[in-house]
Amino acid sequence: MELTQTAPQESFFKRLSWFDWLFAAFLIGGAGYALSLYSSYMNVYDKSILLAAVGVFSILGWNWKPIRPLMIGVAVLSMFAISNYHGDLARGNQAFFLKYLFASQSAIMWMSALFIMATLSYWLSLATRSEFAAKVGSGLTWAAILMGLIGLMVRWYESYLISPDVGHIPISNLYEVFILFSIITSLLYLHYERLYNNRQMGAFVLPVISAAVGFLLWYAFDRQAQEIQPLVPALQSYWMKIHVPANFIGYGSFSLAAMVGIAYLLASKGILASRLPKLEVLDDVMYKSIAVGFGFFTIATILGSLWAAEAWGGYWSWDPKETWALIVWLNYAAWLHIRLVKGLRGPMLAWWAVVGLFVTLFAFLGVNMFLSGLHSYGTL
Amino acid sequence: MSKSSATFSKSVYELMSSMRFAISLLTVLAIASIIGTVLKQNEPYLNYVLQFGQYWFTVFKWLGLYDVYRTTWFVTILAFLVASTSTCIYRNMPSMLREMRSYRELASENSLRHFQHHAEFTTHGTHLEALIQYLTEQGYRYKQRALDNGAGTLLAAKVGSVNRLGYIFTHSAIVIICLGALIDSNIPLKIEQTFGLKRIETRDIPESQVPAISRLAPNSLSFRGNVTIPEGASADVVFLNIGDGYMVQDLPFTIALKKFHIEHYSTGQPKMFASDIAILDNATGKQILEHTLTVNHPLIYDGVAIFQASFGDGGTKLKMNGWNLFSASSKPFDVNGVVNSKTKITADNQQYTLEFTDFRPFNIENTGQLPSAEQRNKDARSVMVGNAVGDKSNLHNVGPSFQYKVRDAQGQAHEYSNYMLPLLVDKRWYMLSGVRNNPGDPLHYIRFPLDQDRRLDGFMRLRGMLLDPSTHAEIARRFAASAIQGGNVPVDVRTKLADSTTKVLDLFGKGGYQALSDFIEKHIPAAERDRAAQTYLKILELSSFEAYIMAEQKAGAPAPKADEDTGWFIRDSLNSISDIFFYGAPVYLQLAEYDQVNASGLQLTRSPGENIVFGGSGLLVLGIFAMFFIRERRLWLLVKPGQVLFAMSSNRKTLDFENEFERHKQRISAIVKD
Repeated sequence: MELTQTAPQESFFKRLSWFDWLFAAFLIGGAGYALSLYSSYMNVYDKSILLAAVGVFSILGWNWKPIRPLMIGVAVLSMFAISNYHGDLARGNQAFFLKYLFASQSAIMWMSALFIMATLSYWLSLATRSEFAAKVGSGLTWAAILMGLIGLMVRWYESYLISPDVGHIPISNLYEVFILFSIITSLLYLHYERLYNNRQMGAFVLPVISAAVGFLLWYAFDRQAQEIQPLVPALQSYWMKIHVPANFIGYGSFSLAAMVGIAYLLASKGILASRLPKLEVLDDVMYKSIAVGFGFFTIATILGSLWAAEAWGGYWSWDPKETWALIVWLNYAAWLHIRLVKGLRGPMLAWWAVVGLFVTLFAFLGVNMFLSGLHSYGTL
Repeated sequence: MSKSSATFSKSVYELMSSMRFAISLLTVLAIASIIGTVLKQNEPYLNYVLQFGQYWFTVFKWLGLYDVYRTTWFVTILAFLVASTSTCIYRNMPSMLREMRSYRELASENSLRHFQHHAEFTTHGTHLEALIQYLTEQGYRYKQRALDNGAGTLLAAKVGSVNRLGYIFTHSAIVIICLGALIDSNIPLKIEQTFGLKRIETRDIPESQVPAISRLAPNSLSFRGNVTIPEGASADVVFLNIGDGYMVQDLPFTIALKKFHIEHYSTGQPKMFASDIAILDNATGKQILEHTLTVNHPLIYDGVAIFQASFGDGGTKLKMNGWNLFSASSKPFDVNGVVNSKTKITADNQQYTLEFTDFRPFNIENTGQLPSAEQRNKDARSVMVGNAVGDKSNLHNVGPSFQYKVRDAQGQAHEYSNYMLPLLVDKRWYMLSGVRNNPGDPLHYIRFPLDQDRRLDGFMRLRGMLLDPSTHAEIARRFAASAIQGGNVPVDVRTKLADSTTKVLDLFGKGGYQALSDFIEKHIPAAERDRAAQTYLKILELSSFEAYIMAEQKAGAPAPKADEDTGWFIRDSLNSISDIFFYGAPVYLQLAEYDQVNASGLQLTRSPGENIVFGGSGLLVLGIFAMFFIRERRLWLLVKPGQVLFAMSSNRKTLDFENEFERHKQRISAIVKD
């Protein structure tokens, strides 16, 4: 018997390493530096959100160790990229590091390439049962997230270089939120990968991210959607910064659950069953993902209605996007009821989760493509 | 009888509080909600008639599909959801609360052995203290009970009971949210309508003439209405759009619009719009406060929230040149108009009414292309439309435009949208005028070419010449003379050419290309039609050049050069003249000057239910997180001399629970081993 099993567990703080503390110090330092530079431009909400972010990201990094190098990497490389601009947008196409790596569009292209490579690695791993290929897949996914986040950070900065009044957080249109979707879904996946110590689900989850990347590339090359657009008055609100990411945690979780649902359905028919995690594990991931998604989707919808009460004069207008958000919500509410109260398991719920993806997809994309209404910011 | 009614009400209660019923309701609600997203809601009824035809329009109207979310049947579904959720709470809350408090310390040894998750350990000595310490460390609260026979102790422990509160919170939240929304809904108004106490107004009459039965008192519980106020004017009412009509909501105060501001980005999209408003006392007319209202920053006064919603034209004064398109005269006449009002003109001895509908000082278009119907239908002037992502690299401000309808004596109208400034299309300058017959149709553009002085006069003179039959013979004579030069040509060749030219000009002057084509189809054998058409076009083009020379001469303008530019000008002019026959109005209005007056669109709401809804929403979030992220687990340790029975249960069977059971089993086994 190991000693730790009988000895009282050490307290959470005692288990933190020097790197954990260094990470927290890094966050505090960063927030302090930002405050020293910009506090005169920030209102009390900006400041409190900045300080809350220090706490949230410290705890996130302490509980999920790979977040620490990721965040430090994003911060350092983004700062490096920004300093390379010398306040001139044109340098994005001239300076070597910007043109080939860190200009927002270059970084996003890298992200896209890395996600596709990660998908291929996971597939290779599934086909050959190679643990090494799966590890490469995880590594590539982390790298893609790194590049994607740098791309968003630099894009944020670039929007201010276009003109100070154009500058805004890059989550305001369909192009930008697709990047956000890819990053959030892959982070959620990596979380479950670590939690269940199983990399085989990547072969199913990464394709949905690759599909998003495919859309992103089409949108950029065919429609020139990568151009930064100024914000219309209705979007100039603090609510956007929290409403949109919360929504995408929901969308990402639901997509992940659906992809795991597909794995479940295959495995329950005996296809790839020996290569995939046990059915109970797949079922558990599906449930957890939907529960997390449901929580955040609820928050996002409520934030949206708070914003609508400020911008549109009413917290609920039965606008197509709102209504479809409600439909998505009702769908997963029913799913959770059946599973929790009836205790139902098995292929039926997996099928339902897969169908849920189409409902979610319609709420996310279909509404913008086929229906008109108040949320026409992301028209195709 | 009473027995059967008791069983009936019992079975209703059973049904209402059942899971099956709740899930069916969620599904029905979701499906019903889809209808209103597929069918655009609250459009003018005329649009629906055009879309579905009279029969289906009536059917859908009866079903309430044009305002689904406020129909009785939809509200009934919601009411059932609230009733079902309420009975569910009523049915389950007592046991939930009991469960939260209880430790289930009365569990018998036998029942623990029947648990799916249990384990037994044989021990030496007693480990009660160590086990209690372990439970506390693990965050469990426990109750201790000595067994009845005195032969041991039962530790009944649990953690995460707050999970049960999650159930109560979420389900109460749904009821609270629906009740809050009920307060803000128009259900009371609908009831008044049903009993004939209120009626919607469908006539287009001034607000002051709207009768009391269609007016709502300032103390209405809740409302959400709109009003458009021109600069310098004020309003003490808002309009509630209901079905195919409206109601007038009187306000407890007056809003005056002093000035409207708008700022644009360099790309032309609106960056900021704001209204300088003042709130005035209804009784005294005294100003109470001044405020600058912007999007996303409503003003709340006297329990009414005032929002900047949109902007539009508040009666811009327009000065126009009217060109009579079918007269031989090439001089314009003056037309004066004001947006949102009418004026009368006479052309070709017919009375026409001009209804000026809108003026836009900016138009952001993709230059190099004619504006598409889709772009034209997008109005960037409301908070409630977004900016479409797309190729905006060619977008430029092409200047002001104005919209009007021309209504003839029979009441038939065409709608027009004219740009004030010329547009460069395919390297040549044109004045553009869009026309359509129905409000929903795309605009068809007619382009009037500009002469080398970039003015419309050249085209108008040429048009006057070509549409005047009395000049055709002279044009034809000159054309024949210039086309067939040299003395040895027989006279009748020239005469023949002149005659056919006159014929072509006459035909074109009566009905453009269409008349020419009709003539060819009627009189020329099929095999020769192509050649004939080409010849006619050639004659028309070349003789038009002669006509242009004559027209310019008559006006005292310098003679046009015989170069490629003039060639294009002639071709464009002919196309344009041919289009005039389909233009629908005998007059083209060219905007010369304007004096802009803005109007601001405000939305006013009173929604006392809002805070209830948001309170319920907060409760919902708390409940969801309590339900999904706090797991309730129960743990029993039956400690007897030489033996420990360990059992666990949870209201949710998850993988985490399995793992936790295994962990506790190992740890407890280690504790009791020593």
